[in-house]
Amino acid sequence: MNNLEEIKNSSLQEIEREVFREINEIKDPGSLEHLSTKYLGRKGILTAFLRNITQLPVEERPAAGKSANLLKVKLENTLKDLKARLESETGENNDAIDVTLPGRIFPRGTLHPITRISREISAIFSRIGFDIVEGPEVETDYYNFEALNIPKYHPARDMQDTFYVSENIVLRTHTSPTQPRVMEKVKPPVRIIAPGKVYRCDSDVTHTPMFHQVEGLMVDRNVSFGDLKGTLSTFVHQLFDEDISLRFRPSFFPFTEPSAEVDIRCVMCRGAGCRVCSGTGWLEVLGAGMVHPAVFENVGYDTEEYTGFAFGMGIERLAMLKYGIDDLRKFFENDMRFLRQF
Amino acid sequence: MKFTLSWLKEYTSVEYTPSEIAEKLTMAGLEVDSFANRFEYLDKVVVSRVEYVEKHPAADNLTCCKVNVGKNTAGIDMTGDDIILNIVCGAPNVRKGLVVPCAIVGALLPGDLEIKKSKLRGEISEGMLCSAAELKLGLGCDGIMELDPAMVPGTPLAEALSLNDYLFEVDLTPNRPDCLSVIGLAREVAAFSDPAGKLCLPFNDIVRCSDKSIHDYVAVEIFDPDLCPRYTAGMVVDVKIGPSPFWLQDRLVSLGLTPINNVVDVTNFVMMETGQPLHAFDYDNIAGSRIEIKRAGIGCIEFRTLDGKSHTLEPDMLMICDGDRPVGIAGVMGGENTEILDSTTRVLVESACFNPVSIRRTAKRSGINTDASHRFERGVDPDATKDVLKRAISLISEVSGGTILNDIIDQYPVPHTPFEIKLDPDALNRRLGTSLTYDEIKQYLESVQFKVNQSDGIIKCDDSMHQDKNSTEQDRACMMRVIVPSFRVDVTRPEDLSEEVARLWGYNRIQTSFPKVPAKGRAPSERIVVREQIRDIMNGFGFSEAVNYSFTSAAACDLLCLELSDKRRSVEEILNPISEELSVLRTSLLPGLLENIRRNNSQQIDSVRLFEIGNIFLATRKGEQPIEKEMIAGIWTGLRTGISWSNKPVACDFFDIKGVVQSLCCALDIDEVLFKKSDVLQCPYYQNGHGAIIAANGNQIGSVGKIGAQILKNFGLKQDVFVFEMDMEVVLSIAPPPGAMKNTHLIPKFPSLSRDLTLILDSGVAVGSILSDFVAFKENKSVLEDVFIFDLYEGKPLPEGKKSLSIRIVYRSWEKTLSEKMINGVHADISRHIMEKYGADLP
Repeated sequence: MNNLEEIKNSSLQEIEREVFREINEIKDPGSLEHLSTKYLGRKGILTAFLRNITQLPVEERPAAGKSANLLKVKLENTLKDLKARLESETGENNDAIDVTLPGRIFPRGTLHPITRISREISAIFSRIGFDIVEGPEVETDYYNFEALNIPKYHPARDMQDTFYVSENIVLRTHTSPTQPRVMEKVKPPVRIIAPGKVYRCDSDVTHTPMFHQVEGLMVDRNVSFGDLKGTLSTFVHQLFDEDISLRFRPSFFPFTEPSAEVDIRCVMCRGAGCRVCSGTGWLEVLGAGMVHPAVFENVGYDTEEYTGFAFGMGIERLAMLKYGIDDLRKFFENDMRFLRQF
Repeated sequence: MKFTLSWLKEYTSVEYTPSEIAEKLTMAGLEVDSFANRFEYLDKVVVSRVEYVEKHPAADNLTCCKVNVGKNTAGIDMTGDDIILNIVCGAPNVRKGLVVPCAIVGALLPGDLEIKKSKLRGEISEGMLCSAAELKLGLGCDGIMELDPAMVPGTPLAEALSLNDYLFEVDLTPNRPDCLSVIGLAREVAAFSDPAGKLCLPFNDIVRCSDKSIHDYVAVEIFDPDLCPRYTAGMVVDVKIGPSPFWLQDRLVSLGLTPINNVVDVTNFVMMETGQPLHAFDYDNIAGSRIEIKRAGIGCIEFRTLDGKSHTLEPDMLMICDGDRPVGIAGVMGGENTEILDSTTRVLVESACFNPVSIRRTAKRSGINTDASHRFERGVDPDATKDVLKRAISLISEVSGGTILNDIIDQYPVPHTPFEIKLDPDALNRRLGTSLTYDEIKQYLESVQFKVNQSDGIIKCDDSMHQDKNSTEQDRACMMRVIVPSFRVDVTRPEDLSEEVARLWGYNRIQTSFPKVPAKGRAPSERIVVREQIRDIMNGFGFSEAVNYSFTSAAACDLLCLELSDKRRSVEEILNPISEELSVLRTSLLPGLLENIRRNNSQQIDSVRLFEIGNIFLATRKGEQPIEKEMIAGIWTGLRTGISWSNKPVACDFFDIKGVVQSLCCALDIDEVLFKKSDVLQCPYYQNGHGAIIAANGNQIGSVGKIGAQILKNFGLKQDVFVFEMDMEVVLSIAPPPGAMKNTHLIPKFPSLSRDLTLILDSGVAVGSILSDFVAFKENKSVLEDVFIFDLYEGKPLPEGKKSLSIRIVYRSWEKTLSEKMINGVHADISRHIMEKYGADLP
């Protein structure tokens, strides 16, 4: 086999072709060992080829030597990989585990959807410079109504069914009392949002006696209705996406003038009309407007110098849209099957 | 407020389609809730011709007809030939060749009358020939409706009669009482459909009247002009009470009102038309020929309104009285004693103006809410009172055959003065973010009948200059004097005018801009940051967040078995609760969470970990706000870990929830938290001996424990429940503020050395006490680094009443590597000290 003539006659390419053909047939470490000896052993074919290079014409020697060494390295690496593979396939594996068994789970708790979306809302407004403030949930008639230009016996009081704990103490019907509370303490510029619980004496499929709102207020020189539109557009685009357009409709709130209701393009049907938007293509999600001068007068702001805008939104409503929740009451039942999804 | 398009068109011409009108009104601030074809119910009523009649074989007063309903009649056939239906008809005027409306099978007529194929006394009938009354197209009910013989059978009736009308429903905001009338809405429609045009108003002078004067019949005196600035009265005699003509009834029916009689119908019609409520009295029941408008005062107690209900009057309610007694609650409802009856022949009609607050107070207190009070409490046009009265008595005379008495009584002690607002167009543009010109603003205001004049002493703005952009400066110099129309009681300030201009110009045309503000921010509130941290930490511990109502049942304190002296018994009651279950403000988060566990358990969810962060409310003095305390509570029931192949299911216990509290405090950097046994007075809801007070720095943070059996039963719970409750205020006071500077400890350079110590102790010895001693040692002996309890055992072979406690003590020096020899002395000292103090033995 190690006939010198044979080796001389075999080209390096033939050796390579032959050795890789034999490698492909190897199934066990024994034959691998055998093959290794056959080619790379002291008397191996490749070894012999290298040894015999000296017998080649001088000008052929460097090229032949380089090619032969490259093949040797390639062969050694291939055999090393193959050896490792064969050993792992046939070798001892008593310590193997069933990696498909479930791992030991660290149970994860979830945030309430109200918290989750409130954080998102707060983050959006924080990024554009709004501070987060909070106010009492049980309010005086003054802050809940009077300071907001809703005197006693004003028909606007019918707009909200109020829970009373005494004649002049109410459960706040909106987060708006934070507006005069903040303005009494701080001089403009004011930029705040005020998330929190609010209460109305109403309970049916679409109303719960407690729900959550976020109030917003900005007061400075030269704040315009256009700025209100820009601020709310930024908010809606970040909470949903850039393609959601807004529509401002004239409305009435005693503490803003002009007042607007703000609709957004239905996030479900994108305006085509569906059950969620009652076929209108629009969803009413916000109330807003320019702060009424009477409110400024109540807190001692100069109505000539300052203007401001305010807005308010229902958090449950936004959460229902964002998370596809169909029933308002689910927010307060605390069923684990609901909570776990957030 | 509802209106029909046909009625609206009496006052202004409109070219827009109903959906355009709805859209434009909505975008002008008058939200159209719905609009619909008024005659949709006629969709299966067609023109038909009676081709053949014969007497019904079995009934004398019935006729069997063959009726041609034309080709291609909706829902029957599409073949192209005229369709002939067999119809049995009972009308006396049915005859061959008559063209009549025919309701075909499937029609649904007013009064829920569904037309079906049927047999009448044995004869097939495939439709119904209709009378005008049956189709609500007239009053005629004594025969079928005879149509123009030239009409083509098969034509839909609505088309043949050009019945094309839409009913709109507008959801009005409380600031727009002027639109509680068809004329008011017509004005708004005209503002966009015909801004320069004039409304065609029905206010005319009275044409014919008697030569007798009303002054000979009645005198009016206003005693309380603060509550009644104007009162007008007119009178019609020789009226004949009866049903109103069809057009009048139809107007009322179209808005959902029920016709009553010709006089009352006119008052309702004119109210809907103008927004001014009216009232008609039977003159013959008015005592002393007098009308007095005055507060009820003390003395008259009961008053019966014309709906037959009795009301207790309060002294400051404004009443309409005759010479003897009240005859109406002003602006709310008339009295039964002067009601218009069939026998009435002389009618006194009132058109007045009342103080809105007074009317609202009276309506609220008496619990009567009428179309009249609804309008008065929002404000009616004080200038229109008399014109409306004239309109009403003219119509009454027209429809009841009566004669109008000469003269009108008009008591007007507090005349309305037109309201004038100075408007700076520049300020308006700044407020809106617009750049409207003087003329544009003027045009929009005038389109809804504001009068705009140039303010005196200001440079005149030349119209031609508005073409030139350079005229802006001059525009700005022009102040406007705006006269508010008397019906716009809501407009009193320049800001109100900015809304008028904005809504008419279009909110959506206002350019979006962004506020320019200094980049100056405030640090977030500590409370909010810590609250959010706690939420995240609790999530990490596997607790999901719950949100419960702030209300609870009045029985909640009893369910928790709170002591009578417990401050959580100071509940704030709601005066008008939704239900008994939600009648007080909560003084603890626990009842809500316990109820959540019950609910989940009942849904086969046995292992639950929940937490809640929210306020509790402790009542203070009556009439003052309660104290609001923010609390954090957690609750755990069921298994310690989820069901797994790797470990046996173990129920959670006290040390699980305590571990949560300790880890939470640790995460908040609250050091050295102590737990001491709670007593029954403080936490009666814990099983005796299974509750602890959480304290740090001498402050009580809250409590933790296992819910007692009685309380579990009270809340309908069957498995063990563990809870903790903490006071946010205290947490904030002892936790370092978020973002505070912090001293990081050095990492030790030398290895530690551990020694174990096993002690046999009396069972009653509290391990916490021994651990506290080690804390003290730590302060004295710098080499003592840490202590762990690694085993606790009770039972055989230990004697009864003894336990074995194994402690691992870790020693380390900051200066050098400790040798066994070096710590032997310290360890012996500590061991001896503990053994002596607690009477412990070595095993």
